[in-house]
Amino acid sequence: MSTETLEKSEVTAKLPTEELFSKRRKRLISDPLNEDNPITIQVLGICSALAVTVKMEPTLIMSIAVVFVIVFSNLIISVMRNVIPSRVRIIVQLAVVATLVTLVSEVLKAYSYEMYKVLGAFVGLIITNCIVMGRLEAFAMGNKPYDSILDGLGSGFGYAWIILAVAFFRELLGSGSVFDFKIFEAVGIMNFPTNGLMVDSIGAFVILGIIIWIQRTKTGYIEH
Amino acid sequence: MELLSLGIKSIFIENMVFAYFLGMCSFLAVSKKVSTAIGLGAAVVFVLSITVPINWLIQEYVLKEGALTWMGAGFAEINLEFLQFIMFIAIIAAMVQLVEMVVEKVSPALYGSLGIFLPLIAVNCSILGGSLFMVQRDYTVAEASVFGFGSGVGFALAIVALAAIREKLKYSNVPNGLKGLGITMLITGLMGIAFKSFIGIAI
Repeated sequence: MSTETLEKSEVTAKLPTEELFSKRRKRLISDPLNEDNPITIQVLGICSALAVTVKMEPTLIMSIAVVFVIVFSNLIISVMRNVIPSRVRIIVQLAVVATLVTLVSEVLKAYSYEMYKVLGAFVGLIITNCIVMGRLEAFAMGNKPYDSILDGLGSGFGYAWIILAVAFFRELLGSGSVFDFKIFEAVGIMNFPTNGLMVDSIGAFVILGIIIWIQRTKTGYIEH
Repeated sequence: MELLSLGIKSIFIENMVFAYFLGMCSFLAVSKKVSTAIGLGAAVVFVLSITVPINWLIQEYVLKEGALTWMGAGFAEINLEFLQFIMFIAIIAAMVQLVEMVVEKVSPALYGSLGIFLPLIAVNCSILGGSLFMVQRDYTVAEASVFGFGSGVGFALAIVALAAIREKLKYSNVPNGLKGLGITMLITGLMGIAFKSFIGIAI
């Protein structure tokens, strides 16, 4: 604990050499949102991305949990990066991530038991979410804590907006509602034919495929 | 008979990939060639069949509420379930390491073909997912073993099938934005519909 605070104060002392939100740092946040999106471009974290997207509400909770885990695991690993022997780094990373996920799952169990039941095993599966491990390996192991936090925020939000978009279409077409609000009944369409495939896993694959198509066409990214 | 039914169910109906989206990362990343897909599939079957029963033992005799009673009456009150994630992932990482070392010693040829995939597997969601589902569904030890093996086979089947389709896909003209991940997602959706036809099969 004491070394952590020490490192932190050291970093804040160094900060004036670079602006708090310099151009480079802004890019750390903005790149993963679109051009370098963890899901659509880097193909990471799809496992849990699809499983929880039947409804908007669990998806929102899931995105908050993932952003929390990415940001804090990035921070912790970045603070410890110089003392982790590279041979055992995977185990150390897994231990840090697993601890944070346990924290999230206990908080969820205490304050929102319903959601805990709905998300079930998928909260635990944040541990093996490739985005978290990928960011730790690729960024936090070689960068300062503050930059790592920004990188975590960027990747987390990049993940969040994609799964929220998937969940929006799945809930709208599959259950005819948004955040459990019956949107079609509200505008007067009483018997909107809901699509069973959207509630099913298949809908998630198709919707994500189409989102990837649109997003890659816009950014002009072509995979070979 | 019930065990056979559970096995069929975990291979086809509740397929790890198509029904629960588990192991998607490696499913998409390692499905470009059939030969590598077979390697990864075999490794997943192997590791899942080992880790699910072991984690069952851990859950039953260490983590569960009152699981430590065998150490004496004083331990009956202890509930270590909050340690579940850390224990499971540690067991998985350790087992993967162990399997890697044993395979390297016993069969260098198999190690040559599986080698690269084994470390990857520690962070494959389907492995941890298998253990978490096993806890959620209250399986017995026999059921857990069958479930672990069946889920592994289901994953292997799915990844080999997708790899075979993607090999053919190289010769088709796909729109630029859909190339790679996009078209793979849509194909996975179609394969999922095919797997839906197994619903209702019971032995």
